[in-house]
Amino acid sequence: MKYEVIVVGGGHAGIEAAHATSKIGHETLLITGNIKNIGDMPCNPSIGGTSKGVIVREIDALGGLMGKIADRSTLQMKMLNGSKGPAVRCLRAQADKESYPRAMQETLLKLPNLTVMENIVEDIIVDDNKIGGVILKDGTKIECEVLILTTGTYLKSEILRGSEKISEGPHGEKRSDNLSDNLAKLGFKIIRLKTGTPPRIDAKSCDFSKMKEELGDEEKWHFSFDGDSTYDVHKQEKCYLIYTNKNTHNIIRENLSKSAMYGGYVSGIGPRYCPSIEDKIVKFADKEKHILFLEPQSMEVGSAYYDALYLQGFSTSMPVDVQEKMVHSLEGLENAKILEYAYAIEYDAIDPLQIMPSLESKLIEGLFTAGQINGTSGYEEAAGQGIVAGINASKKLRGFEPLILKRNESYIGVLIDDLVTKGTIEPYRMLTSRAEFRLILRHDNADLRLRNYGYECGLIDDDQKKKLDEKVAGIETLKNEIKKMKVSKEILEQYVENARTMSVEELMKRPDITKDVLFEVCPNLKDINGDVFEEVSIDVKYEGYIVKTYKDAEKLIKLESKQIPDDIDYGKVYNLASEARQKLEAIRPRTIAQASRISGVNPADISILAVYLRKEYGKNE
Amino acid sequence: MDDTICAISTAMGVGGISIIRISGDHAIPLVDKIFVGKDLTECASHTINYGHIVFEGQTIDEVLVSIMRAPRTYTAEDVVEINLHGGIATTNKVLEILLRIGCRLAEPGEFTKRAFLNGRIDLVKAEAVGEIINADNENARNLSINSLTGKLSDLIRSLKSRIVEIEAKIEVNVDYPEYEDIEDMTNEKVIDELVSVRDDVCKMLDESKTGKMITDGIRVALIGRPNVGKSSILNALLEEEKAIVTNIAGTTRDIVEGEMLLSGVKLKFIDTAGIRKTDDVVESIGVTKSLAQIEEADLVILVLSNSEELSDDEKEILTRLEDKKHIVFVNKNDLTRKMNISSKDVVYGNTVSIDGLDSLKEKIVEMFSIGDLPNRDFTYISNARQESLMKKVYEAIVRAIRGLGNSVPVDIVTLDLKDARILLGELLGEVYDDELIDTLFSNFCLGK
Repeated sequence: MKYEVIVVGGGHAGIEAAHATSKIGHETLLITGNIKNIGDMPCNPSIGGTSKGVIVREIDALGGLMGKIADRSTLQMKMLNGSKGPAVRCLRAQADKESYPRAMQETLLKLPNLTVMENIVEDIIVDDNKIGGVILKDGTKIECEVLILTTGTYLKSEILRGSEKISEGPHGEKRSDNLSDNLAKLGFKIIRLKTGTPPRIDAKSCDFSKMKEELGDEEKWHFSFDGDSTYDVHKQEKCYLIYTNKNTHNIIRENLSKSAMYGGYVSGIGPRYCPSIEDKIVKFADKEKHILFLEPQSMEVGSAYYDALYLQGFSTSMPVDVQEKMVHSLEGLENAKILEYAYAIEYDAIDPLQIMPSLESKLIEGLFTAGQINGTSGYEEAAGQGIVAGINASKKLRGFEPLILKRNESYIGVLIDDLVTKGTIEPYRMLTSRAEFRLILRHDNADLRLRNYGYECGLIDDDQKKKLDEKVAGIETLKNEIKKMKVSKEILEQYVENARTMSVEELMKRPDITKDVLFEVCPNLKDINGDVFEEVSIDVKYEGYIVKTYKDAEKLIKLESKQIPDDIDYGKVYNLASEARQKLEAIRPRTIAQASRISGVNPADISILAVYLRKEYGKNE
Repeated sequence: MDDTICAISTAMGVGGISIIRISGDHAIPLVDKIFVGKDLTECASHTINYGHIVFEGQTIDEVLVSIMRAPRTYTAEDVVEINLHGGIATTNKVLEILLRIGCRLAEPGEFTKRAFLNGRIDLVKAEAVGEIINADNENARNLSINSLTGKLSDLIRSLKSRIVEIEAKIEVNVDYPEYEDIEDMTNEKVIDELVSVRDDVCKMLDESKTGKMITDGIRVALIGRPNVGKSSILNALLEEEKAIVTNIAGTTRDIVEGEMLLSGVKLKFIDTAGIRKTDDVVESIGVTKSLAQIEEADLVILVLSNSEELSDDEKEILTRLEDKKHIVFVNKNDLTRKMNISSKDVVYGNTVSIDGLDSLKEKIVEMFSIGDLPNRDFTYISNARQESLMKKVYEAIVRAIRGLGNSVPVDIVTLDLKDARILLGELLGEVYDDELIDTLFSNFCLGK
């Protein structure tokens, strides 16, 4: 048996990778521990959120699946940060944990070039530092030209509750016992990470009268650039907001040593940006309460997720008896029935400093990795890497240059660059604050930024491309039109002080003119395509800032073009601080810009390096 | 490995002592090769060792050698200093020997550059080293010392961290929008915090004038029509203060006719080449030329004659001086008064009996508040690079405040804050800029 591509793992990274390679036309085999778990959401029942919502749209722009499937399984949807500025607006959907994976499986199983196999991979075949294939649990060998590992939390995973430790993956699934050890033998640096999930509560046992309702937006939203979402905006499910209290905190403090984390049963490092409740109590000791949300997981009657609410913010590794007490201390959950206890999970990942920006391994040619194995956390972060790994696996097979998304063109680019440049010691979660050019990395322009890449590699079809071109043309036309369209002084007098006749463009720039006012004074604008209008109004309103961001981005591009030769010997660069020398040696950045982002490499080191390059390699521009 | 650098660190000339400094990984073993005395490679750090420099069997000089091992040295590398008996020939001979056995001659400023590149000092401190060397009076020296010991850097760093704090609060808001329990950074709140930062930046900029005054001096233009007594005033001032009367090009683009110290601050009389010429027959003040001088000066002294009425040209000059620091010196107060002028900055005197010059000096001291200089803390921005960056910081913060006032979303305004933060980093040399670094260090004198 030989495939062009083998993808190991059917999580969010594996799905996008396998979908990309098979859709482009490569014979692809997806190996997963349980076909029914493909597209499973083992943790929170939501897709998107701050910055992650932009990643979902970027995946969709490139031709991936996540946004489209989320649009078909939405329980509630919100636009976050509506008033905080256009750059940080993000969509978040509560997604149905039953219909999301099912829709995903249906889509994948229909793909012509994709074979799906239920099995566990325990080793990989490597010949002369090139990938040859995989070895299954029973010893069967399957050959491939390119391998994509998206093993999630399944490498030597251990579920922890108090002192209890079970060697399995989420949902009691089989883990891979040997793959990470075998990777270590090949020279991979293995890191141990930890994450966790909160308890699930029986909705029938909750007293919602004591909780604050959190509703979806009245405006209907969708992730995908290709079509609308299927949910009914008037029938969205509710989430509920509650707080921890002194009693909760006391219970946690009294039992701290019983938790797996604080009892010394965990060796992995957990995510700072998604801390367990005991972490929050310890680290923010003077905070009297912490916010929690109860979120629906599925509305499919008969599903195990139906009526089982996810208690967001309450992830813990306490033993079950303490969890009972903790949950019952919360207002509205005094009599709550816990359907599934919280747990922490430890797993192996590889040091992302050993991978290239294409997501191909530096050690083994033809081996790509994506998702939690690279040290990230989150469905969206995984899927974003998955589609890039898929695209680059295909480019590798066809002998093309890899797709390397830049920091100034996508969040996915920021994510991968951070990973391969800075490495990570905790599960990496995307944040808007990580993207220095976020004003031009908005959710609304993801298609303008990335769709052409998807088209070039065959994941975006002609119809989608046509739609994109129409949007681009529409924006251009409208930008010209609004310069010419005037609104008379008489009309404006009702809305602004010291009115005079103004062009629509001038009006759009004014902070006091809302979209509604614009539509009243200039009804023609109502006929404009909503996406086109939004794009133009952001561009016009924040023109100065946007232009400045593009200028800053240009500086980066200039530094990115200062290449560092592959054969550079850092031992010969005098005066480098020893920490900088070690880091540069280990990471071997491709450009001066990348080198300058390595922590521990100071501007002075960069100066020395730049001077050295100029001296040794002549013009390095 | 020719990476060990050396240079003569003392001024060239015949003196009691001269010092050659050597820095680099091989500084100690290299000097040891030509040193007869103790084994320098065995000597403890920060010791002074007696011996002789001997090369090819010939004793060159009797010396004291200081051994300073990394990292607690000027360059943060191994440093050796050879104290020689002065004398150009001997010093040059030892330098030549060092070059022959494997040292490289240091580029201008390279020792300081290495201290900076090795992370021992930041850019503000590196600049301070240059300024200490060039300091020609006590106040300027105090100021550079404060920069060098990090007082100025600390001040800049604290501004930076205040901006970072505001940014961080906004970022938390943006990344956790649904967490009602975190402080909501409304535009009003951010404005409040920024206004206080702006005021401090503003204060630093104001004070930078004092800093510049201390290092660069006050540029004074003496203007007035011919024969009104300009040259007498200049001569009297310079003579009385036993000032250095020079005719060399100053550090700026103008010609400095003479310099004097007033309460520790330098007064530089600029572009006064024409002052002493008495053969100027045109009875005019020469408005165009005066305007050019006014432009260049920090202080303008307009000399008028008590015995004549104010001419139209002089009237025009006076209007032009409204926004400039100026003093009107009415000369020839012994003659019948025809001049009628009302201004608080008028001094009457005459250059024949040297009257009124003390009042003139007092006026200057008062005008530039230099009387109490020795009591201040001397933590000022003092050079053009620092000042222009600080101005940009100010502008970025003002932009942010204005934007927030115009209801620009808080996220957008973070761009201005980021600007301010990066500029402050640039001030400290925390931002990579190779062009800047090269030019800066080439301004240092050789051997420091």
